[in-house]
Amino acid sequence: MTSVGQGIDRADARAKVRGEAQYAADTPVAGLVHAFVVTSALGHGRVTAIDASAARTVPGVLAVITPDNAPRVPGATKKKVSFDRILQVVQDADVRYADQPIAVVVADTPERARAAGEALVVSYAPSPIAVSLAQNEAAGRKPAKAGPRAEPDSSRGDFAGALASAAVKVEQTYTTSIQHHHPMELHGTIAVWQGNDALTLYDATQGVFPCRERLAGAFDLPPEKVRVISHYVGGGFGCKGSAWSHVALAALAARVVKRPVKLVLTRQQVCSLVGYRPRTIQHVTLAAAKDGQLRAMRHDVISETSRFDEFVEPSGLVTRMLYACPNVTTTHRVVELDVPTPTFTRAPGEATGNFALEVALDELAYELGVDPVELRLKNYAEHDEDENKPWSSKSLRECYRRAAEQFGWRHRRPLPGSQREQHLLVGWGMATASYPARQSAASARVKRDRDGNFVVQAGTQDIGTGTYTILAQIAADALGVAVERVRVEIGDTALPETPVSGGSQTASSTGSAVKRAAEALKQKLDALSASDRSADTELVAELKTEEKPDRKRFSTHGFGAQFVEVKVDPDLGVVRVTRAVSAFATGKILNVKTARSQFMGGMVWGIGLALLEHSRRDERSGRIVTRDLADYHVPVNADVPELEVIMLNELDPHVNEIGAKGIGEIGITGMPAAIANAVYHATGKRVRELPITLDKLL
Amino acid sequence: MKSFDYLPAQKLEEAVARGEPRTSRFIAGGTLLVDLMRLDVERPDLVVDLNGVLSSDIAWNEAGLTLGALARNTDVAYDDTVRREFPVLSEAILAGASPQIRNLATTGGNLLQRTRCAYFRDAAVPACNKRKPGSGCAALEGYTRMHAILGVSERCIAAHPSDMAVALLALDAAVHTRRATGERQIPLGDLHTLPGTTPELETVLEPGEVITRVVVPRSPRGRRSTYLKVRDRASFAFALSSAAVALELEQGTIRSARVALGGVGVKPWRAAATEAALVGRPATSETYRAAAKLATSGAKTTPDNAFKVPLTERVVARALERAGALA
Ligand SMILES: Cc1cc2nc3c(=O)[nH]c(=O)nc-3n(C[C@H](O)[C@H](O)[C@H](O)COP(=O)(O)OP(=O)(O)OC[C@H]3O[C@@H](n4cnc5c(N)ncnc54)[C@H](O)[C@@H]3O)c2cc1C
Ligand code: SF4
Repeated sequence: MTSVGQGIDRADARAKVRGEAQYAADTPVAGLVHAFVVTSALGHGRVTAIDASAARTVPGVLAVITPDNAPRVPGATKKKVSFDRILQVVQDADVRYADQPIAVVVADTPERARAAGEALVVSYAPSPIAVSLAQNEAAGRKPAKAGPRAEPDSSRGDFAGALASAAVKVEQTYTTSIQHHHPMELHGTIAVWQGNDALTLYDATQGVFPCRERLAGAFDLPPEKVRVISHYVGGGFGCKGSAWSHVALAALAARVVKRPVKLVLTRQQVCSLVGYRPRTIQHVTLAAAKDGQLRAMRHDVISETSRFDEFVEPSGLVTRMLYACPNVTTTHRVVELDVPTPTFTRAPGEATGNFALEVALDELAYELGVDPVELRLKNYAEHDEDENKPWSSKSLRECYRRAAEQFGWRHRRPLPGSQREQHLLVGWGMATASYPARQSAASARVKRDRDGNFVVQAGTQDIGTGTYTILAQIAADALGVAVERVRVEIGDTALPETPVSGGSQTASSTGSAVKRAAEALKQKLDALSASDRSADTELVAELKTEEKPDRKRFSTHGFGAQFVEVKVDPDLGVVRVTRAVSAFATGKILNVKTARSQFMGGMVWGIGLALLEHSRRDERSGRIVTRDLADYHVPVNADVPELEVIMLNELDPHVNEIGAKGIGEIGITGMPAAIANAVYHATGKRVRELPITLDKLL
Repeated sequence: MKSFDYLPAQKLEEAVARGEPRTSRFIAGGTLLVDLMRLDVERPDLVVDLNGVLSSDIAWNEAGLTLGALARNTDVAYDDTVRREFPVLSEAILAGASPQIRNLATTGGNLLQRTRCAYFRDAAVPACNKRKPGSGCAALEGYTRMHAILGVSERCIAAHPSDMAVALLALDAAVHTRRATGERQIPLGDLHTLPGTTPELETVLEPGEVITRVVVPRSPRGRRSTYLKVRDRASFAFALSSAAVALELEQGTIRSARVALGGVGVKPWRAAATEAALVGRPATSETYRAAAKLATSGAKTTPDNAFKVPLTERVVARALERAGALA
């Protein structure tokens, strides 16, 4: 029996529920001391003095590191790739955003380090500060790229001409708020120097190799002199995708005290030190013929970034490819503010952009008086009109059909406010989901051990998605053995090189390499005579995979359809999602159990983005006001109904070796719009500003 | 968190004496105190543990219900007598925090929990009159979704966050205390003070004064009582607006009523005008709605929290409706 596709249990489940899984900050290291990052109370200006006299009297303090005495970090502000971040590692006295690192204190216990950090007396010289996106929208400038690769602006056909002659138009502005990733596991790093020129890091990271590159660059070391280890990661969602300042600060502190140093951020600190989903303002115009055929689309996106680094929320990309339309214009602009640098957040661009696009489509459906699903089918993109390529596979029609059927969509009465249950208004909404299927170069090694069992080795990390489990399944099938005979070793730059676990590409990238390496080993085994095969010789196959040559001819995306029911209390404005049905077509499903949990996780995130999550910045100080998980509302169980997930197994021979498209992010992409559309259907109120809190419905 | 001394008190007198200095703090469940210490907002030199000197009993007798100051929120909420005689109290507790926090949180500590004002809780914010008297109030022109609209002053608009206290207020509860000069009783409505010009003072308790128990008198309204809380998240969130109501009905007429509000007041807030508008009237939706309109009279709002006025009126009307319909 093949293992791929089976819903086998997660390889790491037992260790995790028993507390045996060792996360980065749990690593026992002899002689460990502790660092605390001191951050700026000021939002913009300079530190004029730091009085450390009280801090130095705290028992156990080993070092107070400030710009005055900090060793140089030569590569702190040098980026090699777009997701490298400009680091603030106490090299100068400038304060660029609130809660920026301004000092590091090292002590023998974490409590003493923190107490000493709090005892620093800091003087500041403030500068004028601007953190409001709405007030500074006009200052938007064109960024270098929108997302890692795409051009910021696009245009096909003649938008203005088509708009002028179109029968029906929707022109609206949509906004989304700051979302913090807030993974359960706080960011933590243990830095251990071997002499002055070799560094080992135990780090909570989504990318051991990118982290190695960044740290090597920062400290001017050859990459092979830096080793990064990350066996378990308690959630990443993008904020562990880059090596941020604290990682370098741990290494810096370890260098100063000449001892291994552990540095763990506080919940408050992850609000400023590890990125966030930036606010967006999105102007969307849709124009259609009377029959619902889209004639013109325009999507202008404004998002915030810092003044020293660039991150663009690429919300307009989805509008380029999701529907058939001859005249499409999209733009991305960024506004530089006195804020920390935003970053990738689960489905960066798609989650926010799809909200705007798919709500606008719902508005258009009401203007036209057609069913929202009908409208989408009417404008079904038979090929990618942006890249002008065929899809490697696309089963979106099937997704609409299956999800609508399971949801009972045909019973929907379109008139807003027309469905009631006792005193509650019932609303049904839907939206399309999509996410690109990416692949990067990756290497893997597969070995036959002396006991006849197999070991998969790849640098990649498991950020909670099930990487340990699916790599074993892929290798087992390629080798033709039971999955129990395969052990997986990952999370270490001493192993073959793999990409960041971001962009839903781990299964496709590392999975492809594991498959090919296992196949290569199988060939070696098969070539051996029966007597050699059983001998206790070690056998190894290692290789690197890249995109399949024929893949370039195709556009590769996963698609889905998401249907939501909400119930709204018309007096109190309270919205609850009471049902959610999603169908996804994302190539081959490698493990129905871990896949379902990825889709569900995405859907829960969608509920958060739509209704709850809202980091507020104080506009005078730049400080985040919602600083902990009591004030920043991630969905709790009571906010989440039973989530129904339909997984279509799609055969895609082009996308990559294993035929899987990536599932970590698509689940969020349609939910915010589906929820907003359901709220409109329930109440007749069109809320275009996320999150949809009850005050907006009173 | 700065380092501190810890004293597990053996005798109540010892606790009162050692708790007296400004630099001492009592600890019961610790869910609030430790949180604020970790945020560097509370910086005591000495933490006096009350767990060895107070009662956690829940008793029901002629006087009514007596809750030892250490009675855990969970135990009170699930107590059979409480659920039967004072459903509002059980509902209010269960509408607050999380099961884990309620398992630790105590009756005394819950009443004395401090505001959730984010500027108060962020020690790096210089202006907070409550944290640093005379320093100003960062909230006045800041983000105030969670702030009060009733009883506010120019110096402080922080809301009192407790749900349980709102229920106890609607039940005419009294707090029994012990201080150096002896014992006293404080009606719940008098326990908390208005911010006025001294928002750093939050209760009438003297330094070192310990809450020993809370007494809820038998009441003709107790069984017809309910708590309604509206919040941003379905569970585990502080109130945007809440109401504890208790009614006494006689043949369709309201004989007496108690209405208290949470999430909107600088302290647990008694809606006296609403109560007055209920008494002697028929127990109908019209009565409830008209009376609820008076619940927020005198409100002072900010752009962020102005929605609490209509919201609170609707919360009160809905809660009255619910209480009126109880069997
Ligand atoms: C994440 C989170 C969410 C929460 N959500 C809610 C909510 O939705 N609704 C709600 O009502 N509450 C909520 N709470 C607050 C919770 O109810 C309180 O933290 C708890 O009730 C405090 O009780 P405690 O015994 O732990 O207090 P402690 O932390 O021990 O003490 C609190 C204060 O009271 C003083 N004190 C304690 N006992 C006595 C006594 N007997 N005599 C004199 N002084 C005393 C202490 O010195 C301290 O100042 C939440 C708390 C957290 C952390
Ligand atoms: S509202 Fe009160 S607690 Fe909040 S900042 Fe102002 S003074 Fe401080």
